[in-house]
Amino acid sequence: MPRKRDTDDINIEIEADESDGDDGGTNKRTNRRQGAGRGGARGRGRGKKPASEDEDEDDEDEAPRGRRGANKKKPVKKRGGRNNDDDDDSEDEAPKKGRKGAAKKKKGGKAQDSDEDDSDAGKGKKGKKGGKKGGKDEEDSKGKKGDAKGKDKGKDKDNDKDKKKKKKKDDSSDTDSNTNSEEEESMSEGEMARLMEEVEEKKKLIATIRNKPWRMKRRLVHLKEAQEFVDKFEGALGKGKGRKWYAYKVMMTKKWIKFQRDFENFRTACIPWERKIKEVESHFGSSVASYFIFLRWMYGMNLVLFGFTFGLVVIPEVLMGLPYGSIPRKTVPRAEADTAQDYSVLMDFNGYCKYSVLFYGYYNNQRTIGLLKFRLPLSYLMVGIGTFGYSLMVVIRTMAKNADVGGGDGDEGEFTFAWKMFTSWDYLIGNSETADNKYASITTSFKESIVDEQENQKDENIHLRRFLRVLANVMITCSLGGSGYLIYFVVKRSQEFANRDDLSWYEKNELEIIMSLLGLVCPPLFETIAELEDYHPRIALKWQLGRIFALFLGNLYTFLFALFDEVNNKLEEEGAIRNASLWAMKEYYANYTRMLNDSNSTPPPMPPADVIRGPCWETAVGIEFVKLTVSDIQVSYLTILIGDFARAVIVRFLNYCWCWDLEAGFPSYGEFDISGNVLGLVFNQGMIWMGAFYAPGLVGINVLRLLSSMYYQCWAVMATNVPHERVFKASKSNNFYMGLLLLILFLSLLPVVYTIMTLPPSFDCGPFSGKPKMFDVIMETIDLDLPAFLGTLFSYAA
Amino acid sequence: MGNKQTIFTAQQLDAYQDCTYFTRKEILRLFDRYRDLAPQLVPLDYTCQPDVKLPYELIGSMPELKDNPFRQRIAEVFSEDGEGNMTLEDFLDMFSVLSEMAPRDLKAYYAFKIYDFNNDDFLCKSDLEKTLNKLTRNELTEDEVRMVCEKVIDEADLDNDGRLSLEDFQHMIVRAPDFLSTFHIRI
Repeated sequence: MPRKRDTDDINIEIEADESDGDDGGTNKRTNRRQGAGRGGARGRGRGKKPASEDEDEDDEDEAPRGRRGANKKKPVKKRGGRNNDDDDDSEDEAPKKGRKGAAKKKKGGKAQDSDEDDSDAGKGKKGKKGGKKGGKDEEDSKGKKGDAKGKDKGKDKDNDKDKKKKKKKDDSSDTDSNTNSEEEESMSEGEMARLMEEVEEKKKLIATIRNKPWRMKRRLVHLKEAQEFVDKFEGALGKGKGRKWYAYKVMMTKKWIKFQRDFENFRTACIPWERKIKEVESHFGSSVASYFIFLRWMYGMNLVLFGFTFGLVVIPEVLMGLPYGSIPRKTVPRAEADTAQDYSVLMDFNGYCKYSVLFYGYYNNQRTIGLLKFRLPLSYLMVGIGTFGYSLMVVIRTMAKNADVGGGDGDEGEFTFAWKMFTSWDYLIGNSETADNKYASITTSFKESIVDEQENQKDENIHLRRFLRVLANVMITCSLGGSGYLIYFVVKRSQEFANRDDLSWYEKNELEIIMSLLGLVCPPLFETIAELEDYHPRIALKWQLGRIFALFLGNLYTFLFALFDEVNNKLEEEGAIRNASLWAMKEYYANYTRMLNDSNSTPPPMPPADVIRGPCWETAVGIEFVKLTVSDIQVSYLTILIGDFARAVIVRFLNYCWCWDLEAGFPSYGEFDISGNVLGLVFNQGMIWMGAFYAPGLVGINVLRLLSSMYYQCWAVMATNVPHERVFKASKSNNFYMGLLLLILFLSLLPVVYTIMTLPPSFDCGPFSGKPKMFDVIMETIDLDLPAFLGTLFSYAA
Repeated sequence: MGNKQTIFTAQQLDAYQDCTYFTRKEILRLFDRYRDLAPQLVPLDYTCQPDVKLPYELIGSMPELKDNPFRQRIAEVFSEDGEGNMTLEDFLDMFSVLSEMAPRDLKAYYAFKIYDFNNDDFLCKSDLEKTLNKLTRNELTEDEVRMVCEKVIDEADLDNDGRLSLEDFQHMIVRAPDFLSTFHIRI
């Protein structure tokens, strides 16, 4: 017996060395652990075998042997009659090849760490890199996010702590107890440690078992064994003083895992519109469906923003602030009172709309309101900043998730044919018409590639091509400049209109109409000009998107600059009105005392509707944004109705009595314009971000818009569009659109931050009225509410 | 979550959740889909683990699969007997691998098996030709087919043995931008 144990000990060391060599470059801690575990398992395998542990021993044997097998191409030992040779061999090969394949992938340090965390007992460490990456993917993917990693981390921490405790306990129990030989002592302690390792590895196996390319039956059997092993030995491990604590911790971990699983189940059940998207997907393929998934994601984000704004700004003001009509800023001025309820005035967001919670001007600048001493101005500012902060966090998180999915940015021509062959069929297609289309487009695509391949040898007329491209770019730059100037001109005109009263509907809404029309007309114009350039379709799409982006951006910023002019005008006006209103107040009091001939009584405050109101520039800005958003909504809905629906109806019914085949020929049915729609969504969100600070109700309007858009567009797509004919799509479109969203976020942050920092708030409206700058509310809070030392701290910092 | 279902024991459901990427609700929904294919063959009580196999014809007629040119291969790869006749566990396994949550490497492994028509663990020329013909429904001429297959082997064969091993295939497919989004069935 002793000799055997010696050999076992030596074996342990050998294994540890091997493993160090093997895993060169990986975490030393994990290394030693694994090495000990491996040797330990083998030692136990060859040492005494209590009958009850027979089954599990074999399992552990298989585990380390599997690891060795991964290194030396030895097939894993089978347990009686369970598996096919096929699975084992392929299982061996797969991780081995996965390992090599994975080694070629670019993976950063983060991957290394997570790889180690997810390592499992079934295969060699390196061999499971594929599975580990899979584990990481699995973590990152929807619905199963925190599970494996959380479980592993929790278990690792548990086991580490327990191991240390175990060692201490064992030491104390060893020194206390009466043992025959030192070897037996170390065996029991070493055995404990090894047992710990095994339990830990089994737990890891359980966590990552779904990543293994095994048959379901085999997985189930392995899972059952692993679970039984863990259950049996987890109890046994807790001995001595720490037993109850250990058992308690184990139970809490199990409950936590169960809770996490239930929570994930609940969360995936909450995701709306899954059936709808599936239907669209099976008819139109994954690219069209990706637009709807993006829409759903935006809806979720806007819902959260709406929750913040509504809960922290609107509700407190409504519940705890002064009611409508009590103070000047909350009342419709006498002059406007007659028309305040007219539909046309309300549609312009004047009248009662203007003096409501929708806009900045309604909010009172009282420092604290209500019983709870809720600091509304501070909350308003914080929510405004928090909106951007939250959006930034969410966008970056989604980008990080998508970056993994997108794969590498391989050279365009590196695997053209191979990718065409293996990734062109869209498995989501569940409709025979779409399938027919897909077959046709795949065939066409192959034929085109073959022709391209054969033509590659031909000499191209480079100079003509370059000249045409330069020409096209010049033309497009001209049209971009032209559209920018047009908007500026229209904004100037609208300022003139503001002074007149007899405006037609067109003149009142001219600005918004022109902006929306530009957004409609220019993209097809760009596409036509781009035909001169003769690019590969994927590249051409990127250019197109870039140009549309520049167009929208230019328009938006021109609009903003024009708006700034208006704001400055209003600020000047404000100075004059302020004097006028003070003067009017004095006059009112003078009149009152004269009437009553009693100069001692204090006159009641002037009725709110009569107070001369300043030209609240923030509300004006808010109104502009709301009008822009509303007109954008109207235009987009109308476009779908006319451009898609009416077209489809005409093609369908006029076809019976028309000379040529309308369905196959000229108008035919429309295709769903993915990029146009996504860009529209992105820019709409940019406008919301810009306007939300000045019009808290805007986010609510947007939520409603997205909700109705989802249903409306789903219906429109199914009823009026046909699947695309061309098979290409912008390859990493998901991250490209997220990148656009991020850019828009920063660009819309700038104006808001600029106005907060530099422009003085209006003197008589909004939560910051009376202060020199908006962010002074923070200074005030620090001075008055926080303990003194924080105030001095900030003043040193500032 | 209500525990009113009597189809599976709680342990079975937990085990399935551990072994696939599905939640409890999805597993039950999948069971309903499986049963709908042949209500008279599939019992409502799986607690005793009955040995029920649905023939390939029923699986291949599912709306998610019926238009897929590779449905036969998919069923063969995931079925135990290799003929396409699937038990419930094979069924769950298949949709789990093809679901959105499955990692890239797992999918690549199974994609390789699907496209390997002669099951020799290599994608040889004949496998590629069969794949291409299924994709284009035999619309390409023989010359074109031959040319494309040669190009594919040129591009992806790293060890220069004239055929694609699993490693070659994986190396090529993990770089493909569309692979994850197309090799995906939503159920």
